[in-house]
Amino acid sequence: MDSAMPLVKPAGLAAAPSKKAGAAWRMRRWAPYLFIAPFFVLFIVFGVFPLLFSIWLSLHQWDPAAGLGAMRWVGLENYVFAATDPWFHKSLYNTLWFALVSGVPQHFVALPLAYFIHRHLKRSRNAVVAAYFVPYITSSVAIALIFSTLFSKDYGVINAVLGPWMSEPIDWLGDAAYTKPAVAFVVFWRFLGWNLVLYLSALQVIDHELYEAATLDGAGSWQQFRFITLPLLKPMIFFAVTLTIIGNLQLFEEPFILVDPEKGVSQSVMTSAIFMYRLAFSDGDFGTASAVSWLLFLIIAALTWGNSKLFGRTGGQHASS
Amino acid sequence: MFSKATAFTLALVLSHAAWAEKTTLTVATFPDLDRAAKAAAESFQKQYPQVELKIVSLQYADHHTAMTTALATGSGLPDVMAVDFRFIGKFAESGGLEDLNAAPFNAQALRNQFVKYTFAQATGSKGNLAAMPADIGPGTLLYRKDIADKAGVTEAELTKSWESYIEAGKKIKAKTGAYLLADAADIRDIVLRTGLKDGEGLYFDAQGKVLVDNPRFVRAFELGRAARQAGLDAKVSPWTNDWAAGFKQGRIASQMMGAWLTGHLKNWLAPDTKGLWRSAVLPSGQAGSYGGSFYAIPKKAAHKPEAWDFIRFMTTNKATQLNSLKVLDTFPALIEAQNDPVMDEPLAFLGGQPARQLWREIAAQVPATPVTKYDAMATDVIRDEFEKVVAEGKAIPAALADARSLIERRARR
Repeated sequence: MDSAMPLVKPAGLAAAPSKKAGAAWRMRRWAPYLFIAPFFVLFIVFGVFPLLFSIWLSLHQWDPAAGLGAMRWVGLENYVFAATDPWFHKSLYNTLWFALVSGVPQHFVALPLAYFIHRHLKRSRNAVVAAYFVPYITSSVAIALIFSTLFSKDYGVINAVLGPWMSEPIDWLGDAAYTKPAVAFVVFWRFLGWNLVLYLSALQVIDHELYEAATLDGAGSWQQFRFITLPLLKPMIFFAVTLTIIGNLQLFEEPFILVDPEKGVSQSVMTSAIFMYRLAFSDGDFGTASAVSWLLFLIIAALTWGNSKLFGRTGGQHASS
Repeated sequence: MFSKATAFTLALVLSHAAWAEKTTLTVATFPDLDRAAKAAAESFQKQYPQVELKIVSLQYADHHTAMTTALATGSGLPDVMAVDFRFIGKFAESGGLEDLNAAPFNAQALRNQFVKYTFAQATGSKGNLAAMPADIGPGTLLYRKDIADKAGVTEAELTKSWESYIEAGKKIKAKTGAYLLADAADIRDIVLRTGLKDGEGLYFDAQGKVLVDNPRFVRAFELGRAARQAGLDAKVSPWTNDWAAGFKQGRIASQMMGAWLTGHLKNWLAPDTKGLWRSAVLPSGQAGSYGGSFYAIPKKAAHKPEAWDFIRFMTTNKATQLNSLKVLDTFPALIEAQNDPVMDEPLAFLGGQPARQLWREIAAQVPATPVTKYDAMATDVIRDEFEKVVAEGKAIPAALADARSLIERRARR
């Protein structure tokens, strides 16, 4: 409150003394709201409104090119349509496939790797962590473009390296048998560094005395990892896995850019987010697309809840101890 | 968006100012089409000195997304909207564009000046004409003469029938190692247009009945599968790096596409292959068209008379149409422009072939196929089922039956 005073005083200088006091008082009363208004205005315009509008939209049939007047109330029909649609089922399958195949290895590799870096690297540590983290902060479009060059069937580096062991080049991004693993690998590679940093930061707050005590008791490296590190990391594992679930279920850019959406084979990597995009921007069916986004939200919420049931309880105990 | 908003404010302010002030006409377009408008700007300005042209160009996808949003909300609309062929069906149904058949435009009177199929493409289901055609893409088979010669394949073999085209491809593959075409789907896309009559839709008939399991589609799928099974396609899709590299390195012997592909090959895809290409009719002599561009006036446009002046200047003015041909290599939709002597010029990139004469003939034969707003969706479905047929060995009747039920499901309203 005090900080508002200097701002008010010069403004009121010209006014009569009695008025000046009143104006200053009013300013003082409203200034805080004015100062926090930008956030709320932006949040309402870009956060709350689209959210509420998409609920409203999901209950309508609407081709946006026809203007707002063309919205027609259809109730839950969009939800029924989406939930029974074969392409939606396929997109859910693809999404879950990616979540598992690119998500699970992220943690199985990141955790031991973080442990290794934490215990064994001293001077080079920051450089190594930075190297692993670079993919995470690189533009996903740039990554996808680089990898589509690497994966190219006739001119790609990957096939050039594998060449001697292959009877014919693999069409990584054009053959439905390979598109999913190729995309999953890129996603894995991209988010490994992020999880590594999460685990490393959690490892650094573990009291070093615990390890010293364990060493005195004769615990080996594996036992220390198993009985000290892992239990104490549980809250972070919960957090990291939750982020992976949310991130992977919203997967869009990598499959969208790596596998040409104009090609039939792009169906093999069509995630729910891509399906939603196609409904809206290719079919012009914004109502059903909104319904799909809310179905996706429900699925993410359910999985996050399940994850908290799995990790949350034990994680909470350690956090409070 | 901001600059567009500013332009509108400016336009409003100017229109309320003194009568001598200029009107600012906003034209929303996308590359490379924007080059046509920019090239025409100077002579337009001379003829209409009271109109100030403002050409706003966004990338292809951004432009059409921005226009969809503008139509949805009714704000931020330009005076003239360029629309690509792929979006014309959706936009024509939207109701947000002026019906150019109605007064004061009365574009029906201009109908006979244009290649007939263009008006069918731009006409919505209520008979409204949503846009005027600027350029067209007569379908042609561009092939590498040197590769064909090396394999001992004649142009007649390539174009006589679809079967002979595929047979020629086998010879080319065996003798030179080059692929016949980029993607087997190219065959599918053009064969499923076989034998269409004026007014007959591609995926839907006039009553909205889904047509995708009729013989056209069966044959399209069969021929596409035959090419894939014989290993004749490079399995690369258009506008990818591999596609461009295929042309540069002479690994792809032919490509069926709009005649405008010649310009792309010449300018950036494979400039070094100059003189090696020839243009022919599509196999089995079929007439088809690929793409095309249109200009429309939004109902909420601020300066409709000036917008109509500009559109007529771009589409019905022979000099402008020929100028677009020069800067863009687009093929004019205006018949008068097609009869200009420039059409008889030999094209160096095609080894001196006067190919524009051929393209003019093809354009005249293309059936007037109506476009619906569900076409993009139906194309997606067909693509997906075709992939299952060629890659996973799904039976064609089953694939087409599935395609049919998926399309019926999505076109439910």
